[in-house]
Amino acid sequence: MTENQSQQVRALVDEVYRTQSRQVLATLIRLLGDFDAAEEALHEAFAVAVEQWAREGVPANPRAWLVSTGRFKAIDGMRRRARFDASLPDLAHHLELTADPVIDEGEDSVEDDRLRLIFTCCHPALSPEAQVSMTLREVCGLTTDEIARAFLTKPTTIAQRIVRAKGKIRDARIPYEVPSETDFPDRLDAVLRVVYLVFNEGYSASSGDSLTRHDLSGEAIRLGRVLVGLLPEAEVLGLLAVMLLQDSRRAARTSPTGDLILLEQQDRSLWNRDQIAEGMALVELALATRRVGPYTIQAAIAAVHAEAPEAALTDWAQIVGLYDVLLQAESSPVVELNRAVAVAMRDGPSAGLALVDAILSRGDLTNYHLAHSARADLCRRLGRNTDAAASYERALALTQQEPERRFLEGRLRELG
Amino acid sequence: MKYLCLVYVEEKILHALPSAQRQTLSDESMAYCDRLQKLGQLVTASPLHPVETATTVRVRDGKTSTIDGPFAETKEQLGGFPLLDVPDLNDAIRIASQFPAARIGSVEVRPMKEQGCA
Repeated sequence: MTENQSQQVRALVDEVYRTQSRQVLATLIRLLGDFDAAEEALHEAFAVAVEQWAREGVPANPRAWLVSTGRFKAIDGMRRRARFDASLPDLAHHLELTADPVIDEGEDSVEDDRLRLIFTCCHPALSPEAQVSMTLREVCGLTTDEIARAFLTKPTTIAQRIVRAKGKIRDARIPYEVPSETDFPDRLDAVLRVVYLVFNEGYSASSGDSLTRHDLSGEAIRLGRVLVGLLPEAEVLGLLAVMLLQDSRRAARTSPTGDLILLEQQDRSLWNRDQIAEGMALVELALATRRVGPYTIQAAIAAVHAEAPEAALTDWAQIVGLYDVLLQAESSPVVELNRAVAVAMRDGPSAGLALVDAILSRGDLTNYHLAHSARADLCRRLGRNTDAAASYERALALTQQEPERRFLEGRLRELG
Repeated sequence: MKYLCLVYVEEKILHALPSAQRQTLSDESMAYCDRLQKLGQLVTASPLHPVETATTVRVRDGKTSTIDGPFAETKEQLGGFPLLDVPDLNDAIRIASQFPAARIGSVEVRPMKEQGCA
């Protein structure tokens, strides 16, 4: 084989790793019943592939070949270690008796394995942080270093979190399965929450090591696409739609110096039209199911913004209506606040201010910086500069994000 | 796999319930336990006397100290312990979520280690 040919095989193995290693892992976890054993088997299988595919050519179905080779390697490894651990020969024998995955399993079971992996990583018996780390590590294939960088924590913290989660999956026997019909809606919610958390972690980060943080949004959107492929339910479509529609504004959200630009001041020609078109189509599909939930409604709100050629032409009446529906589906003070801001745009700042003050007086959002900056903005528009300044100061004291701090300081300077 | 369900309730809340309601809760719990036992999913279960009857024993440097009261003063107290035998955690969670006491308290589901003394 020439140098050139072996490079081609290398490139192909890399490509298969990039596109299929997660599916192979998902199946190996089911066959071997253990995350660590499956990861080891996965890497051994790829190591064999580099050599063998160069020598004997690429198999017709690389994924099936990798599953079969990984499984064989794992059984072989257990045999070799059996001298030290009495339980391993039994386990190896048991694994050998289970059906050969390559012969009798089709695409359906590959998809089921991906779902099993996703639902197991997002199991509510794991902490939310562990669910996020496990999903990024096992489902997306990010390294612990990459996850740590994205979450601005130490790799050892992420590694410990993953080790602990795998330990709980094993010791508490969290099953590797797609949840039963009764548990399904709640469990799907948990999966969607993890994906949206990953998205927002990347989306709301507009400072510091912003490039790697932005990768998280891309990763969440990729996950959203996988989920839509596996489970095209209304809220799954809605989640992908809301992520695409929010992400479409990325280029317009910050100035070249990293300063925050509010929706109404954004240069709409910078919005990503492809993402908007895809997001809008998904919203329509989701709405057509007539089983809408919070993600679909939020996507519909984002779609109304996306449709407005300029900020002044935004259909605020429709947005207020959608917030009313959202409040019914998922009542929360933050949603109420967003609705109040929309009411201010529809009916004028004093109508909005009355609502914001009512929410703040209940005490729910006392420490939420956006509630105070919303109040400040409404006071500013009403010419109540002293009230506005006091609320900007309060927001400034509460915010933890550098671009927001600069934005609020700028507003305070404008007030004089 | 065996799971010990530690059922915690705030005794104050329990004692404040009207007696008819407390009776219903108790009857429901017994009936549920019977059902689980018939299904082979329950090894044993027992309610406990209130936490004021608890005694905590420690041995340090060969000396035994005996203290009146529970290991930790908490808002909710251990009130009983069904021991389940089911295939996996999802089954254990499903069963625990139907304990009547889960509606007023919390259930801690703890997998048991395979090896132990008889």
